[in-house]
Amino acid sequence: MKARVTVTLKSGILDPQGKAIEGALKSLGVEGVASVRQGKVFDIELAGTDRAKAEAALKAAADKLLANTVIENYRVEVTG
Amino acid sequence: MKSAVVVFPGINRERDMARALTLISGSAPAMVWHAETALPAGTDLVVIPGGFSYGDYLRCGAIAARAPIMDAVRAHADKGGLVLAICNGFQIACEAGLLPGVLMRNARLKFICRDVFLRVERSDTAFSRGYNAGQVIRVPVAHGEGNYVADADTIARLEAEGRVLYRYVSPDGALDPAWNLNGSTNAIAGILNARGNVLGMMPHPENHVEPVMGCTDGRGLFAGLVAHLAQAA
Repeated sequence: MKARVTVTLKSGILDPQGKAIEGALKSLGVEGVASVRQGKVFDIELAGTDRAKAEAALKAAADKLLANTVIENYRVEVTG
Repeated sequence: MKSAVVVFPGINRERDMARALTLISGSAPAMVWHAETALPAGTDLVVIPGGFSYGDYLRCGAIAARAPIMDAVRAHADKGGLVLAICNGFQIACEAGLLPGVLMRNARLKFICRDVFLRVERSDTAFSRGYNAGQVIRVPVAHGEGNYVADADTIARLEAEGRVLYRYVSPDGALDPAWNLNGSTNAIAGILNARGNVLGMMPHPENHVEPVMGCTDGRGLFAGLVAHLAQAA
């Protein structure tokens, strides 16, 4: 099974990297960019076929390591 | 003073720390590899030194915080043992839940390697009794992620409980955004846990302990720890 965990900064947390990217896009003349927030994507391959088990394992992975829940939110998707 | 320095792959300030501890306490620290599960018996002080554990992969300190030795460090702290977490060590301590908050990318995005001025906010702690309250000390920083951030409630609690021990200030001790080099909330450079036995700070006091370094302002922190433990013994 394949899965994707997406980690994003919580709203209200200052994101200096996102701001720098936003500035770069503006200086490149890309129009209509109001703001940029940077995050991370983890593509994970799972052994086994039990979807519920996989989701629980991914949630544990995100809580324990992939995300710092003080500043970050995460989303788990089992993609098939 | 019996001290132990925890060593992770990618850490590079452990020898500076060992040298400072040996110089000021008179005995060399034990160097404890991250895969160990116990600290040497009778350890008074655990130091998590600076560097770039695991190449700062994922988030600074995130992987080191989950290393086997960290359970022993947590148990040591829970018993009231002293923990000094410097630079990457501060990031690791936050990730490990020993201290609240997180160190984000410096507000101006640059890696900062230079001397800074710190105001010692109080002198009645194990980590600051070698100084006077309000004293300004000069110590180096070297970090890209030192911008201390926590939610508003946590910041309010840290301030109300007097747990902000070191703050970035101007050379004459004034709060000034221009001297808060990494953009930390409330110019926070170092904080204590609720019990006061764990200190995390971004600057490197161990690098200002000998005249040849050009400054000895960092000695007070270590001398204070030695005095604290001598008194407790």
